[in-house]
Amino acid sequence: MARLTEENIRLAREIIGRYPKARSATIPLLHLAQEQDGYVTNEAMSHIGELVGASSAEVFGTASFYEMFKFEPVGKYLINICGTMSCALMGAEELMHHAEERLGIKMGSTTADGKFTLERAECQAACTEAPCLQVNYRYRYRVTPDQLDTLIDDLSAGTLSSEIPAHGVVASVRQHIPAERGVGAVAPGLVTENPVWLDGKAAL
Amino acid sequence: MTTIDTTDTNDMPPQDPNAVSITINGRTVAARKGDLIIAAADSVDEYIPRFCYHPRMSSVGMCRQCMVEVEGPRGPMMVVSCMTPVADGQVVRTDTPQVKRAQEGMIELLLANHPLDCPVCDKGGECPLQDQAFSHGAGESRFVEEKRHYEKPIAISDLVFLDRERCILCDRCTRFADEVAGDPLISFTQRGNNTQVMTFPDEPFASYFSGNTVQICPVGALTASPYRFKARPWDLEQRESTCTTCSVGCRTVVQSSRDELLRYQGVDSDPVNWGWLCDKGRFNFQSTNSDDRLSSPQIKSGDSFAASSWSDALESVARVIRHSREGSVAILGGARGTNEDAFMWGALADAAGITMRDAQLDDGLPASVFSYPQATIDSACAGGTVILLAPDIKEELPVLYLRLRDAVQKKRIRLIEISSHETGLTKYAWKSIRAESGTAASAIPALMAQADISTQLASGPVVVVAGRPNLAESASHTMDAIAAVVAVAPSATVLPVLRRGNVRGALSLGLAPRNDNDAATILEASAKGNVDCLILLGADPLSDVADVDLARRGIAGAKFVVAIDTFLTASASHADVVLPAAAYGEKDGTTMNLEGRVTSVVQKITPHGTSRADWMIAVELLTLLGHESNFTTLSDIQNAISAAVPGFGSTTTAVAIKRDGVVVSVTPPSSAPTATSVAAPRNSYEFRLDLSRKLFDRAIGTITSPSLENLATEANVFIHPLDLDRVGAAEGTNVRVSNSHSSIVLPVRASSSIPRGTAWVPFNQIGADVRELVRRNESIIDVRIESM
Repeated sequence: MARLTEENIRLAREIIGRYPKARSATIPLLHLAQEQDGYVTNEAMSHIGELVGASSAEVFGTASFYEMFKFEPVGKYLINICGTMSCALMGAEELMHHAEERLGIKMGSTTADGKFTLERAECQAACTEAPCLQVNYRYRYRVTPDQLDTLIDDLSAGTLSSEIPAHGVVASVRQHIPAERGVGAVAPGLVTENPVWLDGKAAL
Repeated sequence: MTTIDTTDTNDMPPQDPNAVSITINGRTVAARKGDLIIAAADSVDEYIPRFCYHPRMSSVGMCRQCMVEVEGPRGPMMVVSCMTPVADGQVVRTDTPQVKRAQEGMIELLLANHPLDCPVCDKGGECPLQDQAFSHGAGESRFVEEKRHYEKPIAISDLVFLDRERCILCDRCTRFADEVAGDPLISFTQRGNNTQVMTFPDEPFASYFSGNTVQICPVGALTASPYRFKARPWDLEQRESTCTTCSVGCRTVVQSSRDELLRYQGVDSDPVNWGWLCDKGRFNFQSTNSDDRLSSPQIKSGDSFAASSWSDALESVARVIRHSREGSVAILGGARGTNEDAFMWGALADAAGITMRDAQLDDGLPASVFSYPQATIDSACAGGTVILLAPDIKEELPVLYLRLRDAVQKKRIRLIEISSHETGLTKYAWKSIRAESGTAASAIPALMAQADISTQLASGPVVVVAGRPNLAESASHTMDAIAAVVAVAPSATVLPVLRRGNVRGALSLGLAPRNDNDAATILEASAKGNVDCLILLGADPLSDVADVDLARRGIAGAKFVVAIDTFLTASASHADVVLPAAAYGEKDGTTMNLEGRVTSVVQKITPHGTSRADWMIAVELLTLLGHESNFTTLSDIQNAISAAVPGFGSTTTAVAIKRDGVVVSVTPPSSAPTATSVAAPRNSYEFRLDLSRKLFDRAIGTITSPSLENLATEANVFIHPLDLDRVGAAEGTNVRVSNSHSSIVLPVRASSSIPRGTAWVPFNQIGADVRELVRRNESIIDVRIESM
């Protein structure tokens, strides 16, 4: 299933409808494609190009700018261990070695069962909590090797599945703003009133 | 360029409210509001180094090389001169120590990851990065670390190679592909230090304009396969010329080394091509160098040819012409040559009483299309409405497509396209209307009466871009359609888009049909045995005439066939005498583009073998036939043209040789309008045949150019997806396409660009020849498609 499914095409059209220009929906649609297949396939990028009126090369150019989009299969759990200064000083290297030994893979690769992918990440903006890591973009702070073992055990056992959804799912619960409550595709210059979702509250 | 605000008041001279005066390095420079500093500096030859800036594309400020100092309220500040518009009283300095420091710093940064492999790089010697590193660089680098490494070069298309290590990410190629060509098939990918230009995986940069990216690349990152490792820039000699591949007449520079053509580059002619070329025009010079070129005259003996001397061959031709019955000599072709070629052959025809002549091969429009008030490319793109009654401009006249597309993108014109299938311009059209072949003329009155269309037509000038959209449809349908538009918009002008390089020149200078004896009539007469001598002047009826049956009968019926050509074409191989002709790049002269613009074409290399320019052959024959001839040089002919052709006036090469040429007003003798043809009602055949050209086909100049020969595709018949279901065939399987004349087998493809009931077959591709089904006495052709 590489192109977007019927259900996702419907969703894609709704997302596109929220932007003054269809192309602006490229990144949300890439998330949708990644949610569908776990990574962004070439076929999905071509499909997104068709939907937003861009060439496949333009969609690829946009997608490949972002670390969060993957172009080959990644594990169900993507573990990003921060390797930037604060974390490095607080033992990130040791943590990475431990993770490699525990999972039997090198940084940047995926376990044979497709469950875990290890990646070295740049600063995740949690320097006060170093060394930190993210599992599918959910933080874990001041991680020791033992805590990492526990985390991997819990993920393997599935006990964290409510907190940490599979990779590709950005939000565990999709926020869906009904059309009548959405701001809609209005050119910024035309907005004179508070957005409807403020519900009469004072403007910011 | 920024929008010009005319309401602003200041102390301008009253005559031009947009005039701006700035100071560059102490010199006062006159500019206009909206001009960029870098353009104003260029206008007075104050050179500011640059990589990404290109005057024909939008500015992006990508390379930061063009930093200059502008006096501001808090002292001098550095600005990027390709992004900063001029302002009145602005003080710009391009040579202060600060500017120099900034520019040197940029060069050092750009070179940090550049491999500096100039000794093995094709760009070396003409490389803006190399040149500006010398002129504006510090001369040394502080970067001692390991440079980036990439696999190199990688082919991003059949023609273009990319070396990512050399790339400085100036965005010129990607901007060109997106903004100018409308084929955004290359894009920046990745990020930061890994940023690179790349195609989508498995989707090559298959743009008809890809060669332009190689020309505008300011480093050696993009190279084109025909020129890779062929020559060094300092070994090249060059002359400015005009491309005659199609009738747009793009300005080029022809470059050669050691008497071999090696490269064409586009030259910026403001009224024509803006510096761009299509890949066919850019790379088909290879055919001139082909080993298959005819190198000496050939006389047929038995089934084969024997090489002969020019005197023997010409004498045998002259003898046949002398002994031919009156009115039984015919000349077909001439649109491949120069104006001088056409004029001399016309003069020969006049002297020898040859009335049967036609520069077209029943694949254009009657010369009466020139009787309408004529438009130019600039006037078509200037504003108002452009109505397309034409073939796919992107396929047949690619650079005209760039100009029209640009005019639409800049919201200067609105396109109304009336065509039998979607074309390259469909997505840029304001209205794109599908009219089945043969029905456009009758549909136009109602269409043009629609409220929004008639309002649009009344809002400004109307230009009809008119050509032959479907070779299986009589030209009279297009002529009727033009007349129908002109009836609604009487002030409309017409831009004829006949395809062959110098077709307008040939028709204007003596090779237009006389007494309605057009190519089809001539071939019909020949088939009946009424032609004693058929002269094919660079014409190949067997490959180009849509009614191939007529072409075959015509060639077979001629008692004696003379072919003057660069190659032994399908038709030339049936000739009794073959005379080798000098090709493009091998002869001097002038040419006339579709607007009637006369420009120069130049000789750059020695003609292949003993081949001669067409005009020389005509002069020789004139003498052999006993006519006095005072023509010994090209300028003799040019003087004769000026004297003999009204409207040509003093447009000699002295004038025409200038880059933009001169538009002349010559109306070729026009034949009586063909009888109005009403669209034939559908017979039992359910598909209307639509036969039109693609840029790359099996044309002789393309298949003898090694880099282009594989770009023709397999012949297919394209029908609407629902029609495919109705036929009951699977995509790609063979179907039988037939009518009462013949039957051929072609793979079928579904395409939603084709309306229901139409079967589109690209002309002259690899495989079965759909022309077997075409008969020119039927104004439209219907066929049946059956699965097998």
